[in-house]
Amino acid sequence: MRSVRAAAVGAVTLSLALAASACGGGSATNGGSDDSPKTLTYWASNQGASVEVDKKVLRPELDKFEKRTGIRVELEVVPWSDLLNRILTATTSGQGPDVLNIGNTWSASLQATGALLPWDAKNLAAIGGKDRFVDSALGSTGARGQDPAAVPLYSMAYALYYNKKMFADAGIAKPPATWAELVADGRKLSKDGKWGLGAEGANPSENIHHAFVFAKQHGGDFFTADGKADFTNDGAVAGVKQYVDLMAKDRIIAPGNAEYAQNQSVSDFAKGRTAMLLWQSASANLKSQGMSEDAYGIAPVPVRSGTPGTGENVNSMVAGINLAVFKNTDNLSGAKQFVKFMTSDAEQKILNTAYSSIPPVKSAQADAAFNTPANAVLKDTLASSAAALPQVADESQFETAVGTAIKGLFADAAAGRPVTTESVRTALEKARQQMPAK
Amino acid sequence: MTTTAVREPVRPAPPGAPRRPRPGRVRRIGLPYLLLLPALLLELLVHLVPMVIGIVMSFKELTQFYIRDWGTAPWTGLGNYQVSVDFSAPVGEALLHSFLVTVAFTLLSVGLCWLVGTAAAICMQDTFRGRGLLRALFLVPYALPVYAAVITWVFMFQHDNGLVNHVLHDQLHLTDKPSFWLIGDNSFWALLTVSVWKGWPFAFLIVMAGLQNIPRDLYEAAALDGAGVWQQIRRITLPSLRPVNQVLVLVLFLWTFNDFNTPYVLFGRAAPEAADLISVHIYQASFVTWNFGTGSAMSVLLLLFLLVVTGVYLVLTSRGRRAASDA
Repeated sequence: MRSVRAAAVGAVTLSLALAASACGGGSATNGGSDDSPKTLTYWASNQGASVEVDKKVLRPELDKFEKRTGIRVELEVVPWSDLLNRILTATTSGQGPDVLNIGNTWSASLQATGALLPWDAKNLAAIGGKDRFVDSALGSTGARGQDPAAVPLYSMAYALYYNKKMFADAGIAKPPATWAELVADGRKLSKDGKWGLGAEGANPSENIHHAFVFAKQHGGDFFTADGKADFTNDGAVAGVKQYVDLMAKDRIIAPGNAEYAQNQSVSDFAKGRTAMLLWQSASANLKSQGMSEDAYGIAPVPVRSGTPGTGENVNSMVAGINLAVFKNTDNLSGAKQFVKFMTSDAEQKILNTAYSSIPPVKSAQADAAFNTPANAVLKDTLASSAAALPQVADESQFETAVGTAIKGLFADAAAGRPVTTESVRTALEKARQQMPAK
Repeated sequence: MTTTAVREPVRPAPPGAPRRPRPGRVRRIGLPYLLLLPALLLELLVHLVPMVIGIVMSFKELTQFYIRDWGTAPWTGLGNYQVSVDFSAPVGEALLHSFLVTVAFTLLSVGLCWLVGTAAAICMQDTFRGRGLLRALFLVPYALPVYAAVITWVFMFQHDNGLVNHVLHDQLHLTDKPSFWLIGDNSFWALLTVSVWKGWPFAFLIVMAGLQNIPRDLYEAAALDGAGVWQQIRRITLPSLRPVNQVLVLVLFLWTFNDFNTPYVLFGRAAPEAADLISVHIYQASFVTWNFGTGSAMSVLLLLFLLVVTGVYLVLTSRGRRAASDA
């Protein structure tokens, strides 16, 4: 009898415990609080050659922060392939980090979810004010007319990386400044199993960055002025076609690049299999792959006229990483302190040097460390010929839809199927139909 | 209710009222249910609650503007379903295409898994030296973690330095130029290869277990009557395996139709059109538009389809069996 009663009591207790744990899942609050002032969770994006490299770069800085403020920062480095989905999941569940890195192009999309703390005048004042940051970087922090959803952390720009020895062997004296020159040089370099240019054909984000710039150079854009998706205008189609044609028609990109999505094009370049690479802030990555800094040169990405500038002479997106605070944080003041720390002059110098990016903070950018020839090209590009991707709520959907469409076009090119203006337009129209209905 | 019954003190039932259940009996009847309570609650928590939430989501316009606070998302009635099944519009058309690809893929994969698994199990029925070792070896693909196994296939299928192209093109010269396996139309066959490789050991395992139940005398009697190997397989082995096969094929079908891991690891989040399986398609559709309502509606439709197929399959196969046993 006693054992029966014990079993019954056990069953009831277990049921109650289950019911209780099912109801109370975490302590998410909607407006942010200071309930746990001694810890922060930080999701960092993968900036170095690997997640491990990032941990080595960031850990000493986080320890420094802990020493100063007594706040322990739990670090998680999230690979790019997962980052957006992780942020979406965190937004949906309300269970996320306190502070996080976001790709600056996602700012407006994530801003629309309301998951990020708006940087109004008061919040900005807590980290030293808006004027600390470079204007071009601030242009990628959210929709125009709204408080920024994040603050700039690292700035990057695309450049043309070229292998000096391969250029010399082929008798090419200087890096190409126009696409016609690039194709001509690329043809000279594409022989004996080596190729002129590398591309990351199966990576939707890389595809988008290039497509955006190529479209700009043809006077096209992927969104109308009032924020509607418009992927099939002549400029956008011509831009996408010109990019894919580097493989399809000009044949200076190896067909195998159509399935690259894990930065294989960077290792190909580092190993001398391709002579040129269009990449953002690649120095640190190349170094970790064993390519010494004097083996390659850095030049601005070509434009049709030969002189980068604004309008149709844009030759890079404003690439970069923003730092955002999750609105649900339970350590609001700690999170702001952390943002202030990460955007301080000293930390900006250390981190941007480690990642070969450019500080978006004016006073840090002036430092001599960022005046090397490599950084000079990137700085010039950011200052004079880079344009921000559309800051609209549908931006990240656009990245996935159009980036995937271009992946398909590269697959066509690799398989030897013709890539025509019509096939490009059809692929882009299909992508537009996937966009949210307005 | 049951808890109060337990706490009631034991009392002898008053005479003359035999219909009233005695508390002792209540306790005896109630206890099993009480003991089932934790399992029931867990079942609710793990299975039913997420399913119900998914179904509720499918009636909402759960876009990026509302995901932070689901309560504020407006109801759309059947709107999400209309979008999903409007096969003349792009979203429905893509879903239909993906559905057909999945059906073809599932039929081929289940058929091949079953064929290879059964053949292997029958070959291994007689004892010979090294049988245990071979059996263990055959089960390796099934025992490997999905990610580790599939990522190895990704390396083998690579265009430039993959093993598959090395063998087919460089050594056997079967193709004019190296083929693409992870993009374009060949991706369907790559996916099928991996799926069969991963799935047949399960069929092998189940059929092998089923074979142990067939009495040896049947074969001996058949051999005496002059039946050859093929006749033995057709007349004895396969009919005896019928109940095992019924479950095996159903389980393989459900697993293959719903498989997410294999295509996702093989192709990443943007699967090529030729290998656009429905589970990845739904995932991709939800995350492209950030419209989780439409994604849920598609999932509910998938669930309904699988329920119908399972129901029809069970009715058909068990009726066939009843007819067979009546005869």
